[in-house]
Amino acid sequence: MTKVWVWADVTPDGPAPSALELLTKARDLGDDVAAVALGPGAKDAASALGEHGASTVFASDDEVFANHLAQPPTAALAGLVEEHAPDLILFPSSYEARDVAGRLQIRTGSTLMANATDVLDAEHARTEILGGTKIVDVELKGPSPKLVLVRPQSFAPEPSGGTADVVEVLADVPNELKTAERMERHEEAASGPRLESAKVVVAGGRGLGGPDAFAQLDQLAAAIGNAAVGASRAAVDAGWVPYSYQIGQTGKTVKPEVYVCAGISGALQHMVGMKGAKRIVAITKDPDAPILQIADLGVVGDLFQVVPALTEEIEKRRTGS
Amino acid sequence: MNVVVLTKWVPEPEGTPTIGDDGLLVRDGADGALDPGDEYGLEAALQLVETAGEGEVTLISMGPEVAHAALQRGLAMGAHKGVRITDDGLRGADALVTAKVLAAAIQMQEFDLVIGGVESTDGYTGTVPAAIAELLGIPSLTFARGFHVSDDTITIERQTAAGYDSVISPLPAVVTVTSGATEPRYPSLKGVMAAKSKPVETLAVSDLGLSAEDVAATQTVTSVSDAPPKQGGAVVEFDETTPARIADLLAEAKVI
Repeated sequence: MTKVWVWADVTPDGPAPSALELLTKARDLGDDVAAVALGPGAKDAASALGEHGASTVFASDDEVFANHLAQPPTAALAGLVEEHAPDLILFPSSYEARDVAGRLQIRTGSTLMANATDVLDAEHARTEILGGTKIVDVELKGPSPKLVLVRPQSFAPEPSGGTADVVEVLADVPNELKTAERMERHEEAASGPRLESAKVVVAGGRGLGGPDAFAQLDQLAAAIGNAAVGASRAAVDAGWVPYSYQIGQTGKTVKPEVYVCAGISGALQHMVGMKGAKRIVAITKDPDAPILQIADLGVVGDLFQVVPALTEEIEKRRTGS
Repeated sequence: MNVVVLTKWVPEPEGTPTIGDDGLLVRDGADGALDPGDEYGLEAALQLVETAGEGEVTLISMGPEVAHAALQRGLAMGAHKGVRITDDGLRGADALVTAKVLAAAIQMQEFDLVIGGVESTDGYTGTVPAAIAELLGIPSLTFARGFHVSDDTITIERQTAAGYDSVISPLPAVVTVTSGATEPRYPSLKGVMAAKSKPVETLAVSDLGLSAEDVAATQTVTSVSDAPPKQGGAVVEFDETTPARIADLLAEAKVI
């Protein structure tokens, strides 16, 4: 019997999409699938986790797991692993999960693979490197559980119609593990649809030359409607837009119907985050930009001409004039 | 204030890396540099030590001999000394092995803080700093986009999907610094010259009290294949017909 576990990120708003994606895959990989959900919202999330394939949800709503970074959840997960001996644990590539997986690896002596794009069985996983141009299969050896961190949106979530037994996880975390403490959470204002679920993503990069040019992308996104604005790492590192805009290896993975980018050359690190788009339109002044090799329509020109002209064309069609 | 900075030599970030017959990245003889993602953390370390007015920044790097270039860059930026762990037994080292080796080397230093990048520019694993913290038995604060040290505590602004969290922790701790968190200084000519005479210790796995078994890789690449290439479409020079052409594509996709 193969035991496959999924680390489920949860909040009081519900389970993260990644938890449902990973559980859907876990059903193919094992005959005993469980989820581990720690922190406020865990027990409420259990029904959705069960519906997507977890027959057991190890859960605790205790705030200690949300208020302190990494160490309390690692200790609880390590305790569960010791008791139940899973063969494989799938983690999302989230901030919290990366820290927990990295720490758990030391406790269990297990191998850990990051950035997986597919999991073949309990001992083999797949990743893509060099911006998705090479597929690498990896054999995971050594003591169980094997730990695999999976890239976002690698699997489409599908309900199985199951239900889960909830097993309470004790929150008896020793004081010496309650170190790094969250004092405050700050949310930065975001408008429009979420990048990850928008039908159209309009993204800007280094070629924009500064923060002001993003207003032109906002106008284009507004003309299209249901479009979100994103950015390459270069634009984020330059401080033109906040990190929440970032698309790529470090940042968000988007799979919109149409991806329109301006002033982005197509560094490997960026392409990983957007190559799953159904259609790609790239506007760049560099005729040799790598992004043109994967664009369905590449436009070589000055983005400060192309973007306003496109916005105008779309508005014209909308008003029928 | 003594700060250890984890530094990695990576193949030239703008170049196209080569994959060897064994499925591993070719590092020997390749062009490379200090991982650009490490410079933000190094700048943070230099600022913290400068503000404290005492202490040292020590660079620790695991890699082949060419990794020396990464240390030289860091020393030219202002780090005080370097430690390089070079050993044929570390070829193909995975995240677990890397964490064990770096943690062992860190334990040979005096430190209040260990700083690293969020993830490397070649491997993107991003779990090594937390694993090191677990080995050292200290807190880990990842994704710092801002930081402040006072007495025995560090407070960071920790990047989140929605914004940031304020996180406070006692020292010593492991902190990872995001790209863009600081503005890395450019090494001065004086810095480059001074770097040549700064101490760099070279260690093998056995010097760290680790056995060959301790550093045996726990995963192997079984195959590397080309992904089916995505077929690019038309590339056009911008003219007055282009906006309509893009709009047609959007209409075809039923998004306008």
